[in-house]
Amino acid sequence: MTTVEAPPKARSRPRTNPFAGIWRRPVPAAAFVVVVGISVAVILAPLLAPHPPLAQDLLHTLSGPSANHPLGTDVLGRDVLSRLLYGGRPTLIGVGLAVLVYAFFGMSLGILAGYLRGWTDRVIVAVLDVMLSVPAVIITLAVLAIFHQSNAAAMLTIGFFASAGLARIIRSSCIALREELFVDAARVSGLGPARIMARHILPRLTGQLLVPVFLFSGNALAIQTGLGFLGLATPAPAPSWGGMVGEAAQIMQQDPYLLFVSGGVIGLMSLSFGLVGDGLRDLEQDRRQATGGRLRRPVPATAPQDANKPSDAPPDGAVLAVRDYSIAFATAQGPRTVVDSISFSVRSGEIFGLVGESGSGKTVTGLSLLGLLPPNGAVTSGSAWLAGTRISGLPERELQGIRGSEIALVSQEPMVALDPYFTIGSQLSEVVRRTGAVPGGKEAVRQRVRDLLTSVHLRDPDGVARRHPHELSGGMLQRVVIAMALAGSPKVLIADEPTTALDVTVQAGILDLLRSLRDEHGMAIILITHDLGVVADSCDRALVMEQGRIVEEGPVEDIFYRPRHPYTRQLIASTPSIAPTEGRIA
Amino acid sequence: MTGTPVLRLDGLAVRYPSRGFRRPPTTVIEDVSFEVGEAETVALVGESGSGKTTIGKAVLGLTPVSGGRVLLAGRDITRLTGRARRLLSSDLQAIFQNPYGSLNPALPVGRTLAEPLLTSGSTLSRAEVHEHIADLLRRVGLPEDAAGRYPAQFSGGQRQRIAIARAVARRPRVVICDEPTSALDVTTQAAALDLLAELQRTFGCAYLFITHDLAVVKEFAARTLVLQRGRIVEEGPSAEVCERPRHAYTRRLVAAAPVPDPVLQRRRRQERTDMRAATG
Repeated sequence: MTTVEAPPKARSRPRTNPFAGIWRRPVPAAAFVVVVGISVAVILAPLLAPHPPLAQDLLHTLSGPSANHPLGTDVLGRDVLSRLLYGGRPTLIGVGLAVLVYAFFGMSLGILAGYLRGWTDRVIVAVLDVMLSVPAVIITLAVLAIFHQSNAAAMLTIGFFASAGLARIIRSSCIALREELFVDAARVSGLGPARIMARHILPRLTGQLLVPVFLFSGNALAIQTGLGFLGLATPAPAPSWGGMVGEAAQIMQQDPYLLFVSGGVIGLMSLSFGLVGDGLRDLEQDRRQATGGRLRRPVPATAPQDANKPSDAPPDGAVLAVRDYSIAFATAQGPRTVVDSISFSVRSGEIFGLVGESGSGKTVTGLSLLGLLPPNGAVTSGSAWLAGTRISGLPERELQGIRGSEIALVSQEPMVALDPYFTIGSQLSEVVRRTGAVPGGKEAVRQRVRDLLTSVHLRDPDGVARRHPHELSGGMLQRVVIAMALAGSPKVLIADEPTTALDVTVQAGILDLLRSLRDEHGMAIILITHDLGVVADSCDRALVMEQGRIVEEGPVEDIFYRPRHPYTRQLIASTPSIAPTEGRIA
Repeated sequence: MTGTPVLRLDGLAVRYPSRGFRRPPTTVIEDVSFEVGEAETVALVGESGSGKTTIGKAVLGLTPVSGGRVLLAGRDITRLTGRARRLLSSDLQAIFQNPYGSLNPALPVGRTLAEPLLTSGSTLSRAEVHEHIADLLRRVGLPEDAAGRYPAQFSGGQRQRIAIARAVARRPRVVICDEPTSALDVTTQAAALDLLAELQRTFGCAYLFITHDLAVVKEFAARTLVLQRGRIVEEGPSAEVCERPRHAYTRRLVAAAPVPDPVLQRRRRQERTDMRAATG
């Protein structure tokens, strides 16, 4: 089989552990330990408690901490530690029930509304709006009037009403998810809506459940202990956290100590739930933004060491030269070399092709010449010269001076280079002013912008300058980006797959433009592409890369008619052609 | 072509309501009619915005049809929904462009492949499903243990093989291939096309091959339809369309496609410039 290697980055991992990385953050980690620790202690209360929770010792009332009573005793001489351990049970059971109802209704209502849409969606959203506008605590008090001192009934009510908020979050994620290709694929496979929701939608959304659940747990805890404080949830003398705060409040004047103990546990637990929730959300955001903190440590660059070697001088006659150039990326498994000691040189006035399939290192090579490697990548050996000046290993400040004026980039996706909020004209003038190529005032800059847009064969340069990027077609945008790259009259233009996202008829126009720019300005163009048709059309010389190494280099006629390396031959043979090609080798 | 065409489109139209008061609806597809015969490959070629993907979606029932009919083996399936539409899955399948998006990243490959086999109307036992999946993986050239792994552990080409395996799992009569190879490298693309051709020989399924790339079509499809702004502008044997295009739009498309041969390409470029100069 001829499939190429897997791309370096896996687009998505099958299932990410939402807790992964929490131990590197001290605050959420500590909060998590507190939540788990207190919960376990409460569950194991019969084993851990030194005394029965109701046993009175009237000889030692309100005693401070002692060996026999680690947290002291209350007004009836009951052991405070034991009462806290037993008293956590109604609280945690209540919170658990509320969370279960919250998650169940939040998920099911959200998924039903978001996946089925139509009438189901409208009815569910209306119900959710009602649920959100009703004061849940008052309803809970009404429920308690019916189910006298029922902790479970109260907390189920709280969980149900709070689930409306979760359902709205889940619904909007679900609306986005149902547009994904794999949902279409499942429908084509013949799966019914119930199975699609259960197999494809639900598992993808459970990750989003965790953060709201932790944040809601903190709220539920506060409400449950509040009900306990009011004596509505747990009948005395059975211990409960809220009830203990109530008892302590009655003797607050005599002995405020008990209030600190019972209130402290509630505060600590409530705070910890919130901190774990926040921490998990931060972790999720980090995962979405980058490969994770640890991977960002760059590979140490060794290039500057051999800077003064006599043999390491720029070759004559080349505007751009690269010698023994290697690039590596830091990964979790250590440095990974993606470009392996390549050497080539490009002359003024030629279009030089950098050809390869995905993972060959062609784009990384181009970006590194501009000093635009991602943070975890680095040039590990060799050097690059631009017009006799060494550019590898230059500090960022000096690179900024070179970028745009000496060497410029045109990338595959023109929208990346343009800001959707500004007109083409204002973005181009900014570049013109920054390169400093135009002396004089506003009128000179405007004239230069007009010249640039004309030079990329845009028919109505003034009209284009007034428009915003979204008003132009893909081909026109790519011309604008090329005009932007030309603003500093660079000696070298790096075009990274400039036509891959475009239709063939538009592609032909852009390639014609690149050729005519080369002829007019005499600059060198490095054309990075995977398409051998584009190479045959536009390049004078080319090199073929495979997995970070150069396998073939030379004039395009040699590469197409006399390829030496089997990989080049395979590439040519696999490229479909619309016309019978003459010099083609089978 | 012999007997009833396995897929027939008859004056198909897709229009979307426009925003704004009393604006006429936006027409995406207008009066598209063609037939696909038993075990035949028909290519649908067009540039972005030509409506080629919408045609595929309309056939699959993923987008509402405003006019015309879709017939699968003579039966009108244009407006089938729900259970009746799901039962079609044994005869009508699809391969999508993006092999990264079309496989659920949270499901092991084996479970994705089991989906079409376990839907309504299937009577296979667990062991039979297992055996069937192993056979499918073998046919598309993937290792036996692939069933237990997740999509992220495969390259783009391998993922597309998984998607192909899913599509042919129940030996459908028609497979809609929506740009199945355009996200792949050329060497991978060649292998995927070979695989599709081989599966067609074994299973006898017909392909509706939707693509922007005329060069791919030339060797892969028997007939080619060229689509421009929602209408078919040219139809004929693929070699004929590529070598002697009649419609001006097709001629522009053919002239713009670069060939991997510098000398020949230089000549073609000159011809294209001349053609443009002649037409203004």
